[in-house]
Amino acid sequence: MASTLFDCISKIAETIIANKDYLTELDRAIGDADHGINMARGYTEVLQQLPQEEQDIGAVLKKTGMVLLSKVGGASGPLYGTAYMKAAKAAAGKTSLTTQDGCEILQAVIAGIQLRGKAQRGEKTMLDAIIPACEAYCAAVKAGQDFSGCLDAMCAAAREGTDYTASIRATKGRASYLGDRSIGHVDPGAASSLLTMEAVRDFYREQMQ
Amino acid sequence: MVGIVIVSHSCAAAEGIRDLAAQMAGPELRIIACGGMEDGSIGTDAMRVRDAILDADTGDGVYVMVDLGSGIMSAETAVDFLQDEEEHAGICVQIADAPVLEGTVSAAVSASAGDPLEEVISAAEEARGMRKLT
Repeated sequence: MASTLFDCISKIAETIIANKDYLTELDRAIGDADHGINMARGYTEVLQQLPQEEQDIGAVLKKTGMVLLSKVGGASGPLYGTAYMKAAKAAAGKTSLTTQDGCEILQAVIAGIQLRGKAQRGEKTMLDAIIPACEAYCAAVKAGQDFSGCLDAMCAAAREGTDYTASIRATKGRASYLGDRSIGHVDPGAASSLLTMEAVRDFYREQMQ
Repeated sequence: MVGIVIVSHSCAAAEGIRDLAAQMAGPELRIIACGGMEDGSIGTDAMRVRDAILDADTGDGVYVMVDLGSGIMSAETAVDFLQDEEEHAGICVQIADAPVLEGTVSAAVSASAGDPLEEVISAAEEARGMRKLT
């Protein structure tokens, strides 16, 4: 399983790196035009440093978080770094995951991002993608859907949440300096969170084929 | 003696502030500049901040001066990290709610006089209201 996770994180990394310019363009509109550059730098290093032989899922997630903390540079470094570190704690010692574990991991990720960024839902941040995604995922688990169905529900809600960020005003981070002028633009952090979740779903679909 | 860490997105800014503050403080003060990324680019790195806190610590606490947004988050991440490490959980670290340049100078003067952490913090926080004219 951990080697599968290694491949899954590699898929996330490749997706983020492939969308470097897209994320930077989003950030150019309402931030400091470095989100894609920073995230791509972080994940390039993740690809180099990730331990392929490690079996403990928690250890793989922790290593990913530590690399992102060190290499991303902007606010997304501590935010994504903390998210992975909290996910690592939720998965510590495990070599396989159930759909229910996925729910706990997403909840730990949200708690970590809120601890670090002190943001709430509705403030035009990555949480506007991740919180509804977590709710939809956990509801699908509860409804007895299989993993694929849960991931589809998660991504649909994340997509809707990301689109929603364009309709609201930023009150956190660099974009908050723009006030109402931030309306009409998608939040780059929500966009990279959506890409991350879609990469996990696409990875799982490919595995199932 | 309280140690001081300066976290900035820019290596040059952190080193410049350190040099300025060190000039006012005695040679015993542990004041560590932690600016930019490992490769010299603009940004902050929580793991380097963690190492800088350990470098600055002599047992009397460490005061961390920060510049903008992610500098603060990286410093907080570093503090959380140390608290999770058994051998370092006892280090008393505070993040400054003060202007990075003026606050560092005030903190450095206070720390080098041997003031305890609480007084170093008040000295730096007083710099928030420092007027430039009048």
